[in-house]
Amino acid sequence: MTALLEAYDLVKHFPVRDAIGRKRGAVHAVDGVSLSVAAGETLAIVGESGCGKSTLGRLLLGLIPPDEGQVRFGGEELTQLSPAALRARRRDMQMIFQDPYASLDPRQTVQDAVAEPLRLHRIVPRAGEIARVASLLTRVGLSPEHARRWPHEFSGGQRQRVAIARALASGPRLILGDEPVSALDVSVQAQVIELLRGLISEMGLAFILISHDLGVVRQIADRVAVMYLGRIVEEGPSEALLAAPRHPYTRALRAAVPGGGRRAAPVSGDVPSPINPPSGCRFHTRCPHVEDICRSVVPPLADGVACHLADRLPPFAAVVDRQPNARLVRLQSRFRPQGDAA
Amino acid sequence: MNADSPRRRALRRFFQHRLAVLGLVVVVVFILAAVLAPWVAPYDPIQTSWTRLRKPPSAAFLFGTDENGRDVFSRVLWGARASLMAGVVSVLAAMLMGVPLGLLAGLAGKWTDALISRIADAMLSVPFLILAIALAAFLGPALENAMLAIAISAAPVFVRLARGMALEARSADWFEAARALGNPPWRTALLHVLPNIVPPLLVQGTLAIAEAIIAEASLSFLGLGQQPPQPSWGSMLNSAQRFLTQAPWMAIYPGVAIFVVVLAFNVFGDGLRDALDPRSQRR
Repeated sequence: MTALLEAYDLVKHFPVRDAIGRKRGAVHAVDGVSLSVAAGETLAIVGESGCGKSTLGRLLLGLIPPDEGQVRFGGEELTQLSPAALRARRRDMQMIFQDPYASLDPRQTVQDAVAEPLRLHRIVPRAGEIARVASLLTRVGLSPEHARRWPHEFSGGQRQRVAIARALASGPRLILGDEPVSALDVSVQAQVIELLRGLISEMGLAFILISHDLGVVRQIADRVAVMYLGRIVEEGPSEALLAAPRHPYTRALRAAVPGGGRRAAPVSGDVPSPINPPSGCRFHTRCPHVEDICRSVVPPLADGVACHLADRLPPFAAVVDRQPNARLVRLQSRFRPQGDAA
Repeated sequence: MNADSPRRRALRRFFQHRLAVLGLVVVVVFILAAVLAPWVAPYDPIQTSWTRLRKPPSAAFLFGTDENGRDVFSRVLWGARASLMAGVVSVLAAMLMGVPLGLLAGLAGKWTDALISRIADAMLSVPFLILAIALAAFLGPALENAMLAIAISAAPVFVRLARGMALEARSADWFEAARALGNPPWRTALLHVLPNIVPPLLVQGTLAIAEAIIAEASLSFLGLGQQPPQPSWGSMLNSAQRFLTQAPWMAIYPGVAIFVVVLAFNVFGDGLRDALDPRSQRR
C-alpha cells in the first residue's frame, strides 16, 4: 500500500506569554512526530487529554501550519500550497468534530450544512443538491425529510450523523475524526461507530481516529499510534499492539480499561506540563521501570516502540492479572435480568 | 421558511412579551405618521399665518399653533419624518461602516485588529453627542450632514460589538468546521459569522436608533440639523423655549413625541434582546 498521507518530524509549539506579552516558554504540543496513513487504512491516534493528539490532527489536515516538518497528502506537500490550493484540497480530506452540538452552524439547516461542501467544491449543480443531500442523509441513517430541520431539533447522535454526512459530501479520500463519539451517550456511541465502520469499508476511506478510548479504537482501527506529551511512544497493528503492548505507557493505558484486568503497572501522578516536558524519555517521571538512561537520553521510535527497555520488560500477559475484577463481576451480576423477568 | 427556524422561535418569544409588543406598536404608529404626514396632517407645516399666532390647543388646532401661526400637530407629524429618518438611516449607515470593520478586526486579528480597535477606542473616548456635534458643525448645518455625523459617531459601537462577536465565533467549533470544509475566509465571515451575530446587532441597532433620534433632536435644537422652516422636533423645541410661559404647548408636544418614540424604541429593543437571546434572562 502506498501512503496517502505522510508526516515527517512535525513540530508545533504554542508560545506562552505573560501579562505584558513577553514569551515565557512554549507548550510543546507536538514534538517530532512522523507517521503515515495508507489509502483505505484506519489509523488511531490515542493518548490522554493534553498529549497533543488534536493538534497533531489539525497539522495533518493543514488546518494549522507546523513549526517544523512536512505533511504530504497524495504526494503533495501541504505546507507549500497557497491558501486557495489548500482549500481546494479539502475536498479530499474532511473532518468530524467531537461535539456535534458545536460543530454545526446553528443558523444553517441540515440541507445547507450538508450541501455546503458540494457548493464549495462545485461537485453537483444547484439543481442536484437536494437529491444528493437526500442520498447522503439516507446513507448515514437519517431520512431525507430531516434536511429541512435545524440542528437544535436533533439529538446528539443524529447531529453527529449530520456531521458525518457533511464530511462525506465532497467524496473525500481521508476523514479525520477528532474524538467523534466521546461526546455521545454510550448506547449511541455503538451505533455511530458501527456507521463509521461501515462507511469506511464501503467507500474505501482512509480514516484517522483521534481517541482516548481504547474500546472504540479496538473496534475500527487497523493501526494504532500511542501519543504521550507530543511524541509517539508506540505504534503498530491495532490487534497486536492492544494484545501485547510494549511501551510501559501503553501498558498502563491498556490496563486502565475496565475488563482489561487489574492495573498491570500502576502509573502514578498526572501528565507533566507540556510547557517544560521532562528530559530524556518523556514518560520517565511516571514509569515504574525507569532507569538512569531514561532520564537523559530520548528513546527513538525503533521497531514500533520508543523505549530503552522495550526488549527487557516482562511480557505483558505475565504482568496482567487475567482474573476479572471481583467487584466488577458482583456489580454486573446485580444488573443481569432475573430469570423470567420481562 | 421552516416551521421551527431560529427566527420563528425568536418571533414567538417576542410576541409573548407584552411591553415589547406595545413598543413595536408605538414605533409602527410613528412610522405611519411619518410616511402618511402629507395626507393626515390637517395643515401645511410651513405656511405661516399672522391671524393665529400661539393659539392654545383646540378642536381646530389639536396641539395649538406656534409663533408663526403654524399648526403644531401638523409640524409634529412632519417632524417625525426628520427624526425617524435620521434615526433609522444614520444607524443603518453606522452599521454599514462599523460591522464590516468589526468583523475584519475580529477575524483578521494582528495589526489589522490593533489598528481598527485603537481608532474605535479613540472615537469612543469622546462622548457620543459631543463627537456628533463637532462633526455636524464641521460638515455644516443640514439634515444630511447631521445624519452623517450621527452615523460616524455611532459606528465605533458596532465595530466593538461585531469584533467581540467575531472573536467569540472564531473559537466556536462550527467556525473551524467551516474552515475544514474549505470555506475561504470571506465566505466564512459572510455566510457563517454574520448570520450568527445578527441578533445582537439587531438589538444594538434598535437601541442605537433611540439614541440617534435624541442626537438628531439635539443637533436640530442647536441649529445643526434640520433647517427652518422645515419641521423637526429639535428645532421646534428651540423656538418654543422663548415662549415656555406663554405657549407651553409649543414645547410639550414635540417633547412628548421625542420621549414616547425613544421610550418605544428602547422597550422594543429590550424585548428583542430577550427574544433573541433567551439565555440572558434579565428580570
